[in-house]
Order: sequence, then structure tokens, then C-alpha cells
Amino acid sequence: MNIINIEHIAKIYQVGSEEVHALADVSLDIGKNEYVAIMGPSGSGKSTLMNILGCLDTPTKGLYDFKGENVSQMNDDELASIRNREIGFVFQTFNLLARSDALHNVELPLIYAGVSGAERKERAEAALENVGLADRMRHKPNELSGGQRQRVAVARALVTDPAIILADEPTGNLDTKTGEDIMALFNEIYNAGNTIILVTHEEYIAEHAKRIIRLRDGLIEKDEIVRDRYIPTQTESI
Amino acid sequence: MNFLFELKEGLIISLKAIRANKGRSVLTTLGIIIGVASVVLMSTAIKGIDQSFQEGVASLGSDNLYIDKWEWFNNDVKWWEMRNRKNLTMEDFEKFKELAKLPIAISPSSGSNRTIKFGERSVQYINISGTDHNYINTTNLTFNEGRFFTELESNSGRAVAVIGSEIEKKLFPHGGAIRQSIKIGGIKFKVVGVLEEQGSFIMGNWNPDNLVYIPISNIFKYFGSRHWRTVTINVRAPNSLMVEAVKEEATGIMRRVRGLKYDEKNNFAINQQQGAFDLYNEQVGVIQIAGFLITGLALFVGAIGIMNIMFVSVKERTKEIGIRKAIGAKKRTILGQFISEAAIICLIGGLIGLGVAIIGSMIIAQFDFPVTVDADAVILAVTISLITGVLSGFAPAYTASKLDPVDALRYE
Repeated sequence: MNIINIEHIAKIYQVGSEEVHALADVSLDIGKNEYVAIMGPSGSGKSTLMNILGCLDTPTKGLYDFKGENVSQMNDDELASIRNREIGFVFQTFNLLARSDALHNVELPLIYAGVSGAERKERAEAALENVGLADRMRHKPNELSGGQRQRVAVARALVTDPAIILADEPTGNLDTKTGEDIMALFNEIYNAGNTIILVTHEEYIAEHAKRIIRLRDGLIEKDEIVRDRYIPTQTESI
Repeated sequence: MNFLFELKEGLIISLKAIRANKGRSVLTTLGIIIGVASVVLMSTAIKGIDQSFQEGVASLGSDNLYIDKWEWFNNDVKWWEMRNRKNLTMEDFEKFKELAKLPIAISPSSGSNRTIKFGERSVQYINISGTDHNYINTTNLTFNEGRFFTELESNSGRAVAVIGSEIEKKLFPHGGAIRQSIKIGGIKFKVVGVLEEQGSFIMGNWNPDNLVYIPISNIFKYFGSRHWRTVTINVRAPNSLMVEAVKEEATGIMRRVRGLKYDEKNNFAINQQQGAFDLYNEQVGVIQIAGFLITGLALFVGAIGIMNIMFVSVKERTKEIGIRKAIGAKKRTILGQFISEAAIICLIGGLIGLGVAIIGSMIIAQFDFPVTVDADAVILAVTISLITGVLSGFAPAYTASKLDPVDALRYE
């Protein structure tokens, strides 16, 4: 069964007297344990699509069905609840709470999920161990390197055991080497059976995915399966 | 999600945010500190005044009437009108005493103001009240030592005196006042009694603690002419139910004694404790309203400060709110977080304000002004600060809860 089912969605913004079609007409399905990259130049509508996929926003038209639930008709709190349970976000700018340590940042989604006390701490610690930060739990974001911060964000995304991981340019603020480390982490997560949606404009990042959806002018230009290709590392490609 | 769980987590998050912004939080609370401190001080001061007034007026006795040329508590009669009334004389008193049937005790009194000396020690501006032996029966006064003067002493105008506890303290710090000779306005009087402390603050010079009683004829003899000095007739009713009847009778008798025609207005006043209460409530009521308006204003300014800073805080933490919403915080969670933050800031301010009020009341208490901060004041401070916090935090918190997660995340 598909996790995500999108049929003819459109997002239209009113800018002054003009209508801007950020998404014109997009339909796609994403199944369990897929690794999808969404690509496109700026203005192609990929951020809008990501916001809708991530239940941060709802489409103006069309149907968005998430695990059998009609997301397109949900109110803010229902969306918040879906995001909390089903979606793990990894952002370009990490988006960690600056004043809280790594552990609290990872605990946060569990707080909103109503998980209390010892269980919450245990699960957050386990998530941080999984991303290799067992010894950095009490560090605040500004005491961590960029790569470590992104690992905290990944741990936060994984801690609720969501249906999809939604990563928006996860390597955009990292150097190439660290970026590759993070992508390797995503590969592991994918291999463990998770579903990953990666939004990027870097070809070499997108090539980690098994399926690439290319957007242009609010429409899907190309949706291709790329299987078992040899993925060159950055140093080799130069 | 469980409400208590949300509340607990909300409080923890709020405390963290407050700790992270210590300096600003302290500045923010200043308004609340001042507001709560003034409310608490105000209410305890009023309570203190109330209490000492009650005690003071109680010494007047609820069964007592005071027939006088002057209205004590009634502001309706013009001052010059009272001044032009004939003085009440000893003859008036004698006639009244003869005719009045209902009172259980009647005595005259007439006062003067003198310096009292004993040896090297002296006290100035003491009210000397001249009266007769029946006076003690018109009051509830009790003795520390000795007795009131007798009928014989009173009628023959002996130089004897009964002194209040304050005067004893000042003239006889080591006790032993009885049978000593004190000098009142240069005239020797023998102390025959010392009154027990009545402990009233509000009555000032009229406080029995600070009075000296001597036989009334001595007042006329030594301290002024009986022809211009007016006499007060102290009347005691058998019980408080009889007060009105006694008053009725007294009015009738006094009109006869003063020779008033049926269409003439009373040229005397019948004063009673109730009048004191009425006057007090009227005046203190105004003070109370003014006081609470001013302190309310202080709190209001404090609340606006909190609201202002919370708006700034919401703006500054837009990104944080975006993150929280993205990972699943609902509207009411964000609402609760910011309201509880405001409430905690206010509560901390309120507790500091309470501390300030307690210190303030200790300082004020040094000046013999009766204030004590009690449990009521603590409850008042906590309630007021919490309410202020919730009210002033609501608008900013609501703004925060309505933020769109996409916009909020994009905010730098």
C-alpha cells in the first residue's frame, strides 16, 4: 500500500491581482521503503510540494491522501498531529532549538506525542546513539559541528518512528565530506526499511535516491526509477 | 494528550526560556514587583488601620453617648454654627443628671492640654481630662495599678490624678507611679491610678493611654475659666439595645435644659460610636478606592510591560515556534507555553514584590504604624500576579499559536 497518494494537486497563491501557480497539477504515489529525490530549479515548485508532502501546508486543489487519511481537508491541529506521528523533518539549516541540548531537541517530538518521563529519555538516547552521538547528548547546538547538528536533526526525525523522512537540502549547509557522511547515514536509514523523500537541487545528492522526480514550472517533468547505479563520490567525479 | 502532562511540559519549557533570558525577565518583572508590592502594602496598611480603629473606637463603648457642643463625627453641621452654640456648663450637666432616668452612669468631662513633669522627666501636650468619680462607670477602662478617684476626692476637688499607660512609661520607666506627686501645668497632683494599656493607634491624643484624669473642679480652678470652657456629658446606656431610647430621652432633656422652643434646632450634639464608624467608613472608603486605583494602575503598567516583552519574545522566537509546530506542537500547546511563560514571570515578580512588601511593612512597623503581612496578603499577591500574567500573556501567546509553520520556519 502506498503511504502517499497525491492526485492533481495545485497550489495557487494570490499575489496582488495575479494568481501564481506554484504547483499547477501534480499527481504522484510514494510507497513504503522508497527513496525519492525531488529535484528542480528554484521556482519549480519543489519547496511548495515539500511543504504539502510534509503536511506543513495544504493544497488549493486536489487530493492528498496520507496512509488512507485525507490530509487536504485537515485543520491546523490535525496536521500538527500527522506531522508529529508520521513525518520526520530534516532541514537544510538543522532547525534545532538553540538553547536546548541535543537530548532535549530529540525529546521534543516525543513531548508533543505525549510520551513521558523515562521512556521518552530512553528513546531519545537510543536515537542519538543510532546516529553516532552517544557522547554528545548534553551538548547544545552551538557546541556541535554542522555534521553533528544535522545528525541530531536526523535523530529527532527518527525518534517518533515516522512513516516518512522528509529531508530538505540536508547537505546544503555542510561541506562535501560531511555532506557525504550524512548521505551515508540516510542510506543506512533507508536500508533499515524507512521511506525517505529528499528535496535537493544537487545532482550528486539526488543520485543517492532510487527514484528521482523532476519538477519544472509546477509540473512533474520526469519521474524515473534509478536502480543500482554506481554512485561516484565527489572526489572521483571531479 | 493528558492536560496535566501538557501543563508540566509547558512549565518546564517556559522555565527554560525564562532562565535563558534572565536579564530581560528581571527587567520585565519590575513593573509587576512594584505593582504587587504596592497592592500588598496598601491592603495590609488598610487592614492595620481598620483594626486599630476598631480597637480605638471600642474604647468609646458602643453603649455610650457623648452630649457635647460639638458634633464629633457629623460633617453636615457647619463649624461656625457649632462655634456659636452656647457652651455646655456644669449647671446643664447637673440638671441633665437629675432628669435622666435611663442611663446607668452619667459624668461630665472637660479637657485641657498641659505638660506633665515628674522629677527630671516630662511629657508635653498631654490631654488632661477633668471629670467626676462616675466617669469610670461610663467606660470600659481597667487598671494596671490603683483606682479611679472617689466621690469624696471628686467633690472636694482633691489634687489626685489617674494616668494612662503611655504616660506612666514615659514618666515612670521603672514603675512605682502610685502615690507619687506629678506636676501638671506646674500644679502638684498625687497619682492614685494607672490605666491598663488600651492599645489604640488611630485615636491619637484622645487615646486613653495618653490621657490624665483629674477631678473636674481642678480643671476650672487651675486650667482655665469655667465660663468659656464647654463640658461634655458622658452617658452610658444599660445595654446597646437601649442606646436609641437613651438618646431619645437625652435629646428631650437637653432641649428643656437648654431652653429651646419647639421650632428651634438642637444647639447641642449627641455623639456616639456609630458616628465614628460612619465617618471612618466614608473617609477610609475614599482612601481605599484611590489606593486601589493607583496600585491597580501600577499593575496595569506592569502588565503592559509583560505583554510588550512577550510580543517581542514571540517575534524573536518565530523560528523556534516554527520548529515546534513543524515537529508537532498544536496551537494550544504553543498558546499554553507562552501564557505559562508570562504567568511564571509574573509569579516570580509577584513573589519578589511580596518580599519587598514584607520588608517595607517591617520598616513601616518601626514607626508604630500597625502593618503585618499575613496569609491573605500572600494569596492576594500570588493571585494577582498569576491573573496579570495570564491576561497579559494571552494576546502574544495567541499570536504565536496562529503563526503559519511554513512562514515561521523561513523567518530569520
